[in-house]
Amino acid sequence: MSLIEISDLYYSYPGFEAKVLKGITVNIDKGSFTGIVGPCGAGKTTFSLTLNGLIPHLIGGKMTGSVVVDGLNTMEHPIADLSLKIGMIFQDPRAQLSGSGLTVEEEVAFGLQNLGVPREEILERISKALIDVGLSGFEERSPFELSGGEQQRLAIATVLAMEPDIFILDEPFAQLDPMGVEEVASIVGELNKKFGKTVILVENNTEILANFADRILVMEAGKIVADGSPREIFTDIEYLENTGVIPLQVTELAHLLKKEGKWDKEYPLTEDEALKEIKRIFFW
Amino acid sequence: MDQIKNEKEEPIIKIRDLHFSYPSGYEALKGINLNIFKGEVLAIIGRNGAGKTTLVKHFNGLLKATSGEVLVNGLNAKEHAVSRLAKIVGYVFQNPADQIFSSNLWDEVAFGPKNLRFSKEEIDSNVENSLKMVGLLNKKDTHPYDLIFSERKLLCIASVLAMDPQVIIIDEPETGQDYWGIKKLIEIIKEYESIQRSIVLISHNLALVAECAERVIVMNDGKIVGDTFTPDILSNIEMLSKARLKPPQIIRLTLGLSKWNVPKELITVRKLAKYLSGL
Repeated sequence: MSLIEISDLYYSYPGFEAKVLKGITVNIDKGSFTGIVGPCGAGKTTFSLTLNGLIPHLIGGKMTGSVVVDGLNTMEHPIADLSLKIGMIFQDPRAQLSGSGLTVEEEVAFGLQNLGVPREEILERISKALIDVGLSGFEERSPFELSGGEQQRLAIATVLAMEPDIFILDEPFAQLDPMGVEEVASIVGELNKKFGKTVILVENNTEILANFADRILVMEAGKIVADGSPREIFTDIEYLENTGVIPLQVTELAHLLKKEGKWDKEYPLTEDEALKEIKRIFFW
Repeated sequence: MDQIKNEKEEPIIKIRDLHFSYPSGYEALKGINLNIFKGEVLAIIGRNGAGKTTLVKHFNGLLKATSGEVLVNGLNAKEHAVSRLAKIVGYVFQNPADQIFSSNLWDEVAFGPKNLRFSKEEIDSNVENSLKMVGLLNKKDTHPYDLIFSERKLLCIASVLAMDPQVIIIDEPETGQDYWGIKKLIEIIKEYESIQRSIVLISHNLALVAECAERVIVMNDGKIVGDTFTPDILSNIEMLSKARLKPPQIIRLTLGLSKWNVPKELITVRKLAKYLSGL
């Protein structure tokens, strides 16, 4: 069942003629995990901003076509209504923190108070959201003293507490160090697998996408130019390189070996798959 | 031959027992000893907050040692202005917005060498070469803010290259770069290395580090916890995990193949592919 229906979407920013989105038509199924990849400047972030209504309501500009999220046409419904359906996580977790919460607990409470959720329920939701992102015990800490990975998990908790069905994450790992990436990636995976959320992840880290996504959309110059499973998309190395997407290293290895006539099977996506094939080909 | 070797052995940057505390009292560097030599590509890796950026800001005098010594080409960095040290050490910031202010790319890149009083001919040729090196010469009349983020980062690199420093520090250049951006970075680093300049690369992208750096230092909690050849560091899972880092996919694969005597030096896709093809 489609939870998000986008048809014939065109968009240009205020004051600019040039269209950043050039005719996007795509449906996103409930419970799916969709990765969006593509080179810098392809329109990935712009596209994600159309899903929760920040485009056009907050940012303005000229939008045609339609975006319908769980039955709500984003043009006809305010951001406040849409934010109950769809939560967004940005690159920089500090930009997302309200700044008014002196503690982690207050930070998560902030959005709920604005929704008029009763006090008892607020406390329950905070506690559950912090457990879900592994920040239980951090209630009294200052959000600004947390590590980048912890801040990003807090940002996810603030959105989780609002209980939206859909999460859009726009390069949520970009500002994190490798361990921060690991800890946030595992939460992002759980959003989908454990909590059943529909997840849209804008990300060029193909290794993370190969682990979690069931569908990959490739964007280029404002359009969706490919749509398939991670295996279909990520094993087409020449196509990826032409579109500016960094291939997985083990896939690239198999591709180089195939050129030498040394690889005869499907390309691997994980090091375990690669290890098994290499054993068979070279060390049997 | 001896002379070349001696030159290589006299470090451009020499750091002895460097300690640094921020005004808040937080001790960010706890006794750093480090030599950086001419023509080497050195990567500094470590988790956020380990002290990487704090350390390199001592190389050009942006921060002054609380105790210990930083010598840059023999000059005590504490006693010389940033402008003096800028001729020797160029620093490309993490965030391009911190360093862009002109209305077109050419003027932006010309700003540094003009300030350092380079001749008109030198300025023109340095600006042209630098923009060419980062692949932005065809956009020289564009406004920097009309560039996409990844191009702005390359522009910042060009601005520093144009001052022709002996050491260039590039702080997390991979952020926001796509496949072409990363390829361009590798080309720039290799080209700069080939003209005997030193490069200090701070990066979380260990695949990029494996591709470019000969030597890696690992920082953790204000200290250097590893300093040796790149393959030795990147295949040392124990050391990496202490510093909260993880080897890239291809190195994990190479390590998985070690029981068939696949050498652990094969830390890039190309090297491993070449080795396996030769079997």
